[in-house]
This record gives sequence, C-alpha cells and structure tokens, in this order.
Amino acid sequence: MAEKYDLQEVEVWDGNYAAAHALRQAQVDVVAAYPITPSTPIVENYGLFVANGYVDGEFVMVESEHAAMSGCVGAAAAGGRVATATSSQGFALMAEVLYQASGMRLPIVLTVVNRALASPLNVRGDHSDMYLGRDSGWIQLDAFNAQEAYDMTLCAFKIGEDASVRLPVMVHQDGFITSHTAQNTNPLQDEEAYAFVGEYQTHQEMLDFSKPVTYGAQTEEDWHFEHKAKQHKALMDSRAIIDDVFEALEKKTGREYKRVESYMMEDAEVAIVALGATVETCRLAAQQLRAEEGIQVGIVAPRCFRPFPFDKVREALSDVKTVCCMDRSSPGGAMGALFNEVSAALYSTKNRPLVTNYIYGLGGRDFSVEEAKRIMREQKAHADAGYITTAIQQFSGLRGPKLGFFETHRR
Amino acid sequence: MKGVCATEKRGTKEIGSEELVGWDAVTQGVVINSFEGNATNVASLKQEERNYSDFSSYTATVASWRVVKPVYNRDICIDCQNCWVWCPDTSIISRDKQMLGIDYDHCKGCSVCVEVCPTNPKSLLMFAEHEEIEKALESWPTKEK
Repeated sequence: MAEKYDLQEVEVWDGNYAAAHALRQAQVDVVAAYPITPSTPIVENYGLFVANGYVDGEFVMVESEHAAMSGCVGAAAAGGRVATATSSQGFALMAEVLYQASGMRLPIVLTVVNRALASPLNVRGDHSDMYLGRDSGWIQLDAFNAQEAYDMTLCAFKIGEDASVRLPVMVHQDGFITSHTAQNTNPLQDEEAYAFVGEYQTHQEMLDFSKPVTYGAQTEEDWHFEHKAKQHKALMDSRAIIDDVFEALEKKTGREYKRVESYMMEDAEVAIVALGATVETCRLAAQQLRAEEGIQVGIVAPRCFRPFPFDKVREALSDVKTVCCMDRSSPGGAMGALFNEVSAALYSTKNRPLVTNYIYGLGGRDFSVEEAKRIMREQKAHADAGYITTAIQQFSGLRGPKLGFFETHRR
Repeated sequence: MKGVCATEKRGTKEIGSEELVGWDAVTQGVVINSFEGNATNVASLKQEERNYSDFSSYTATVASWRVVKPVYNRDICIDCQNCWVWCPDTSIISRDKQMLGIDYDHCKGCSVCVEVCPTNPKSLLMFAEHEEIEKALESWPTKEK
C-alpha cells in the first residue's frame, strides 16, 4: 500500500511538481519515461515518490522517448493505468508511437511541458511540440498555470479512461513559464484525488489469459478507413465527457473549467484567442486597457485543443468585430494553426468577424503585457475601420524589418 | 488438400474474404480476439484442439503468394527440431519431438527450414509451388561425399 503524502491546503508548487503530484495521486501502474528539459522534474519527482514508497506502481527508465511511449503502449495494452512526461525533441521522437496509442484506444496520460523544436536547438517554451501532436488522435488539454496543470492531469485520467472514450490524453503546460514558476496551488488530499480519478477499469487487457487478444493488427484499404473513422468519432464524442469531468471537478473543488474559456467577453468588441500562459498575460493586459482606454477587449482560450471545440469557439466569438489569433509556433509556410481553425469556425457564422494572426514568442521570446496591449489597440483600429488595416499574418516581438503576409480584400 | 494436425478451419479463409462491415461495427482499437470462448488453458492444448476465432490468422490462408515451397523427406529426417525452432511462421508441424510435416496454409516459402536442416542430403528442400510432392521426393539428391 502506498504511503499517504502529507499535503497542506495550499502548497507552493510549480507546474512540474503539480503534475508529478497528480500522477502520484492517480496511483499510476506504470510510468515509462526518458526525462527531457523542461519536463525533467515531473519524471524526477515521480521517481522520488516511487523510491520513497508513495506509489505502488512501476517506474521504468528507458533508453529514448520512442521507447518510453512504446513501454506505455505495452503496459496500457496489458491492462494498467499508464502515464509519462516529455517535451520538444522527446515529443517529436514519440510521434510515431503517439498514433499507435490512439489507434489502439489506450488511455495513456502524457504530461507535455511545451518547448520549441530544433533547429536551432532551444530549451525554452513555445507551442511547436503541442502543435505537432494535433493530428495524433489524442485529447489535448491546455493548462495556463500550475493549479491547472494539477487539475487537468487529474481530469485527464478520468476523461481518457471513461468507457465511452478510451483515448490517450495530453496535458500541456508552458515550458519554464508554467513548469518552473512556483505558485499557490490547492491540491486535493490523496484519498479525495484518487476517489475523483477512480479505480482503473480494464478493457480487453492482454493479461486476461482467458481471452487472449491481438493489439496492433494490420489493416489495408478495405478496413483502415473504417477504423480511423470510428476513432475520430470517439474523439469528437469525448466532448460531452470532458464537460462532465470538468463539472465533477468543479463540484469537488469549486474550480470551474470549460472546453473554451472566455474572459471579459460579455461586452467585448475585440477578442484575443490564445493558448497557454499567454492567456494570463492577455487577461491582465485586457483589464488594464479597459480601465485606461475603455477598449472593450475580451480573451478566448481553448482549454481543450483536441477535440477542437469548433462549436464553442463559434459561440464565444460570434458577436465581436475583430479576432486576433495568437500562434506560438513557426507556421512553416502557412497561417498559424489556431488562426486557421478559429477562422474556419467563424466562417459559418452570420457575423464573420475580421480575423488576424500573430506569430509570437518563438523559442521562449517574452510576450509582455505592453505588447499584448499594442496588439489589442491594433485590433480596435481594424474594428473601427471595418477592415484589416495591417497584414493578416504578422510577427510580434521580432527584431528587424516588419514581417507580414497577405492583405485583406474586404475594404 | 488438408494438412496434418489441422482443424477444419485452418487456412480456410482467403485474406479479404471477410464481410465488409461499416465503421460503426468494427472492433474498438482494432483489438482482435484470438479464440472463441474461454481460452484459459489454451497454452496446454495443441493447435488442432484450440477453438480459434474467425479473426485469428490460423483460420486464414497466406499461401496464395508463395512461389516456392519446402518439401519434407521423412526417410532422411533425424527429428532434430531445428526447422521447428527456426520457422518464423510456426509452419513446421511436430508432435512429441517427431517432425510430421508442413503447414502449407501458413508457410510463406522463406526456406529458413532448409537452411538450418543439418542432414546430408537435407531433409527439407525447396521446390516450385506447382511441383507434386511425390515427384519432388523421387528427384531427391543423394548424400554428398
């Protein structure tokens, strides 16, 4: 039996430590991991919990992230509750196996501390790795601070393991800004947290010798399409379960989460759409700008990046005049992913707000409250003019000549 | 031709002959049950005693793409079990350490069994898929001095 960990009502935890405690409280059967900056402390602290008797499960140090996720797939297929952590290059090396995990419908929890992808090599936070996972068939939850990293990790088990979902779940937090910044965090006591997550319910486990099963079968053009469609349906249908789990967490903790978070949107004329810790920067900027200049600006933040909340994004943004989508990943010859998805959602609204795109904060470049306010003022100018007065895609916080692409045809 | 130690279902199904059901009827996670009913003691049963499911590769044939086949010569074989150990498709049939023959429903003609056979001449040799077994045995080489 695992030792009980003495927790205060308020703990001072960074995002990594919060995630490690959530994994401990879920009493994971197998963690197979290969530590990488900035998620190393999740693995390190979890290993310490195991060594000190706070976890009953197995902790397996493997030789690469590809092996880490492969170990997770094997252990999950065998019938255990399974989790790991990674970032950046490690995430990229895991990519092949991520698709295996979701295709086999294994509810693995992966805590991802977002970090830039090389080259050039960079250990700081941006959303390149998170975006790399967006077609992998995993549920992707986004935490904006340490408290949320804790809450989302507990929710991840409950969502992914639901009998109607049975899909792997990533919980994202921003490298260093969230993962290494100590903040007040309200944890649940061990028994409460475990009761919330619940006992692991096995399904078609390989260690049931009365019913041997094959995982990882091959299907060609006559079967593959049907299997992928069924998987996509499960991912789309997980939306209702995510809502239920968030509601259950609110009942237990009073902390309210939604698949799309809205701040100050009731009377907003201008909206910023962002992910990660930037949401908190934008909230502060919006509060100040409303008080100082009376610009009615609100913030919309997809808490759930996958399945993409197409419907909720549309609801949240349908009444504003301009929307600025903030993408913290080099878009590689396209508009940013958030811009593309939010624009697609808004295209089927009557109002069709003006939508612009900012690429910002790559490789951990700081995104300041002042810069957020500048962008908000610019959006207000678009709203007043009735068309996009700048390039549609711009870069924020970049040195050198102004860089931007595409002009509006809606003058 | 029904091979040795086979149930009625072995190798009866051509790949692609399954009923093509829709996305709503496929198994979750492409997980496939290997046996019908409770299979707790299946490891202690011989293949011909097991109740393989229709989705087990045991009931399917993969022989259609084989172009050369191993032929087994009982007169020379010393039952060393080398071929049984090395066959990558469990297509060497052996009972009580005695070699009985080849599962032609699953053998892919890789010739590993021939490579590892230690007798002189070999007790397994590759022949064209269309060659009759009797004719193959008649043309067997003699001992190399």
